[in-house]
Amino acid sequence: MIEVEQLSKSYGPREAIRNLSFQIEKGEVVGFLGPNGAGKSTTMNILSCIMPASSGSVKICGFDVFEQSLETRKLIGYLPETPPLYSDMVASDYLTFAARLRNVPSRNARSAVEQVIEKCSLKDVSNRVIGRLSKGYQQRVGIAQALIHDPDILILDEPTIGLDPIQIIEIRKLIQDLASSHTIILSSHILPEITQICKRVIIISEGEIVAVDSLESLTTRLRNGERLILKVRRSDGETIEKLRALDQTNAVVEQETGQFTIDCEPNANIQDAIAKLALDNNWGIVELKPASMTLEDIFLKLTLEENEVKP
Amino acid sequence: MKNTWIVAKRDLGSFFSSPVFYSVTTVFLILYGIVFFILLNSFSFASFQTHQLRGADIGLNLNEMVIEPSFQQMAVILLFIIPLITMRSFAEEKKSKTFALLLSSPVRLEEIILGKFLACMIVISLMMLLSGYSIGYLVFAGQPEIGPILTGYLGIFLMTGCYVSMGLFASSLTDNQIIAAVIGFGIALFIWFIGWGAQAAGPELGQVLEYLSLITHLQHFLKGLIDSSDLAYYLSFILFGLFLTHRVLESSRWR
Repeated sequence: MIEVEQLSKSYGPREAIRNLSFQIEKGEVVGFLGPNGAGKSTTMNILSCIMPASSGSVKICGFDVFEQSLETRKLIGYLPETPPLYSDMVASDYLTFAARLRNVPSRNARSAVEQVIEKCSLKDVSNRVIGRLSKGYQQRVGIAQALIHDPDILILDEPTIGLDPIQIIEIRKLIQDLASSHTIILSSHILPEITQICKRVIIISEGEIVAVDSLESLTTRLRNGERLILKVRRSDGETIEKLRALDQTNAVVEQETGQFTIDCEPNANIQDAIAKLALDNNWGIVELKPASMTLEDIFLKLTLEENEVKP
Repeated sequence: MKNTWIVAKRDLGSFFSSPVFYSVTTVFLILYGIVFFILLNSFSFASFQTHQLRGADIGLNLNEMVIEPSFQQMAVILLFIIPLITMRSFAEEKKSKTFALLLSSPVRLEEIILGKFLACMIVISLMMLLSGYSIGYLVFAGQPEIGPILTGYLGIFLMTGCYVSMGLFASSLTDNQIIAAVIGFGIALFIWFIGWGAQAAGPELGQVLEYLSLITHLQHFLKGLIDSSDLAYYLSFILFGLFLTHRVLESSRWR
């Protein structure tokens, strides 16, 4: 559905993205992951025909984004990083305007607006001026605007940035609902968000793709073994020695008093052993949990061990 | 064409819901009202005097003494007013990042520019319509020639188009409304001054400069003449301004 080949874009002498190539199939939900300034927004701007690339090509449903720009734009709903909202307009008027701009015939515009208001739960605020809405509602109006012409492809640039946790959960749920009927490209620099919504991630760093894979295989491939975190109430100098003496542990580090990180072999399942040890010695377990891989870890791994990771 | 109207309609809505339009219109009407009052006053004083001195009923020309100069003054006031109307067109869209909505929609850049042009022209036409009470009063109370009034309005309207297309160009250059207004003033005044320069320059250069000046072309319209060279001048001026705007916006996408 979306084919990106050798895409590059430079702003003057600075290269924002370099030779990006990837493909997205119909119905996929793909996460675009990268730190700030990695080139996510640039790529999304090119995909949604806002700016042309310096070189390379993007084909969306067979249309070239540069050569057949107008046809491509009909297929795409785009939410930029800053939602393009006219703060002096009433939400429903704004959505009607967006519908008309996106070639929704005027007789269908009204029902299209009602539908997105329903989908994005904007009923309570549809008669209010956009500038006075909370950030969460503004973001939803932004998403509603991208949905208004029922596009095949949704491009959402950091849809949850700057929202409070409840709003984030709501927006995330909305995106999950949309995932069943749309192809979605979503960018974020927050890993859990991507983990919850997307099946596949494209990780980009400094303008280049570092990895394209499903999230599970990426994390397992990156994880050379597992890491556990143990927190106890009472510990002494012997605690760490005893932990190290366990089978299948590679390294034990005391982060602070009573808190240890234990690196062990993959699929070691030594939680039982650790718990038993703690009970026998009466350490008083507060917490024993697997350390989840954070975005920082993945990035560090990917950028440091790039050759190892690339298939 | 349909898209042009969609863009224009939104801009009009935003004009009428913002205080800028109302304050600019008020200032325009007050200034023009003062000018008109002064002109009318001096006309009635002059005709009173001639009546007393000569005794006979020699009518002074209402067109020449009131209508023509009031159009001229209106052109000057518009020079200062129009950049305030056009300044937000693109600058505000860029500043509030709403331009992305227009650019990612299946709408041509030309349609966007024409839509903005149309919106500004409608707003200014409305201002001129509100100021029409003055001429309307003269038509009602005196016997002015109607021809020069109509061509005068046509001339002012065309000149407004030139100001607007320059203003849109200025607005496309920046995302700051104040800078857009200042550049708009700058260009408009420059084109205005060229006419003065013509008087000081040599005969050949003078003729060229005079042709380029916005004012010279207005004079014919105010006298009741529609000259095809004046029409060509105004229309090509407008198109050139819109073309420059298009180039600026298109090239800013590539950067």
